Amino acid sequence: METPLNKDYNATNLTQNIEIELLIEAIYKRYGYDFRNYNKAHLKRRILFRTAALGLNSISELQHKVLHENDFFDLILKDFSINVTEMFRDPGFYATLRREVLPMLRTYPYVKIWLAGCSTGEEVYSFAIMIKEEGLYERTQIYATDFNPISLETARKGIYPISRIKDYTANYQMSEGKQSFSDYYVAHYESVIFNQDLRKNVVFAEHNLVTDSVFAEVHMVICRNVLIYFNKDLQNKVVRLFSESLVKGGFLGLGSKENLMFTDVVEQFTVVDGKEKIYKKKII
Amino acid sequence: MDFEAVVIGSSAGGLKALKTIILGLDKTFSIPIIVVQHMSPHSDSFMSRYFNQLSHLQVKEADEREPVRPSHMYLAPPNYHLLVEEDKTLSLSVEEKVNYARPSIDVLFESAAFAWGSRLIGIVLTGANNDGATGLKKITQAGGLAIIQSPETAEVPIMPISAIDNCPDAIVLKLEDIPLFLNKL
Ligand SMILES: C[S@@+](CC[C@H](N)C(=O)[O-])C[C@H]1O[C@@H](n2cnc3c(N)ncnc32)[C@H](O)[C@@H]1O
Repeated sequence: METPLNKDYNATNLTQNIEIELLIEAIYKRYGYDFRNYNKAHLKRRILFRTAALGLNSISELQHKVLHENDFFDLILKDFSINVTEMFRDPGFYATLRREVLPMLRTYPYVKIWLAGCSTGEEVYSFAIMIKEEGLYERTQIYATDFNPISLETARKGIYPISRIKDYTANYQMSEGKQSFSDYYVAHYESVIFNQDLRKNVVFAEHNLVTDSVFAEVHMVICRNVLIYFNKDLQNKVVRLFSESLVKGGFLGLGSKENLMFTDVVEQFTVVDGKEKIYKKKII
Repeated sequence: MDFEAVVIGSSAGGLKALKTIILGLDKTFSIPIIVVQHMSPHSDSFMSRYFNQLSHLQVKEADEREPVRPSHMYLAPPNYHLLVEEDKTLSLSVEEKVNYARPSIDVLFESAAFAWGSRLIGIVLTGANNDGATGLKKITQAGGLAIIQSPETAEVPIMPISAIDNCPDAIVLKLEDIPLFLNKL
């Protein structure tokens, strides 16, 4: 049943979908960031939000700004990235790594870990703390990458709002942290600054999972809450990249709602912990 | 009118209200139902297991990239927004809270309106905030059908009241009449 109201709505919706496709194509051609295989519902939400927030009449007007105003793309990249993160997110994930995975990594003379899609770095400092407590830090190299240079800038600084510390402390304790969380930072007015030595073995670098190739050969890849934004094809492409990056017997950790089971590389891995989404690359 | 999906948003008091709806549905009811119930980010999957035992529908926590199928009821996982893609698959997001909530009812409703247009029913149940009001409006703008639990039958009436304010055309029903209405579709 098409009422007149509903007919207008359908036409608007169709037009918006065309404009979104054009915008995404324009961004790819102009800036090299490829969002063509990202989930559309989430992109549409972000685009409509930005269009409304700027008081623009259409997505085409947004596209005009993206193409003609150089700094404007930074804002769109931020909108699309969803850089929401926290320290020791899903404490059970970290506790499982401590118990099941790090003891195995300890058998290597040196360990390389790739944190892909590390956002503003909360995950990076969480890993540095955990690895330190598990006695591995001195022989570990962490590669922390993201495609958003502005998020990486924040990550390098390691300064976060003090208002989050209560939650982070609770997460840290649930993750079976071994010390007092406050040992790792100093408070300064409304902020906390994480200790410099936590970044000693961390390399922060720009890397786009969609358009760049293998970053380094590593013993563990952690990529959490990034694949949920990709369609099936892109998920397959990116998990293949992870598999190629891992040494035999290396580990892969995904977000709590992400799953290797439905991807092309499933036979190359065994499950270490199904609930926490931790996998091990087979030796043969 | 053939409806292809039902989306439901509930908050404080929602567990009981959802249970009433589930138990009131005929065994032949097979339109997919997608639910956002506000809950703590650290909740486990108790609710989906519990409802699955009660219902003839297959009740499960939504997985990303999952196609929406008949005779299924999908619940948003704690701490994730749940969205419907226009190809009728589900997707998840960890973006900022909306209306202080993640999952947010508005996020689900808005994306479902894009996906199903006039073939969608949106239902707002009991709750202590105003999540869902904006999303329900979007469902009606798309030509879909809006239902609101009558504030008198809601454990917490704030959410129904704010939905009624925002969508004066919505059908307001007593809780126990909502499943009866759905059975007659
Ligand atoms: C929701 S955050 C997840 C942060 C962290 N891993 C966590 O779980 O808390 C998603 C991150 O993925 C990054 N991202 C999205 N697409 C990317 C891509 N193609 N390549 C690299 N990073 C990407 C975003 O910039 C953002 O920082």
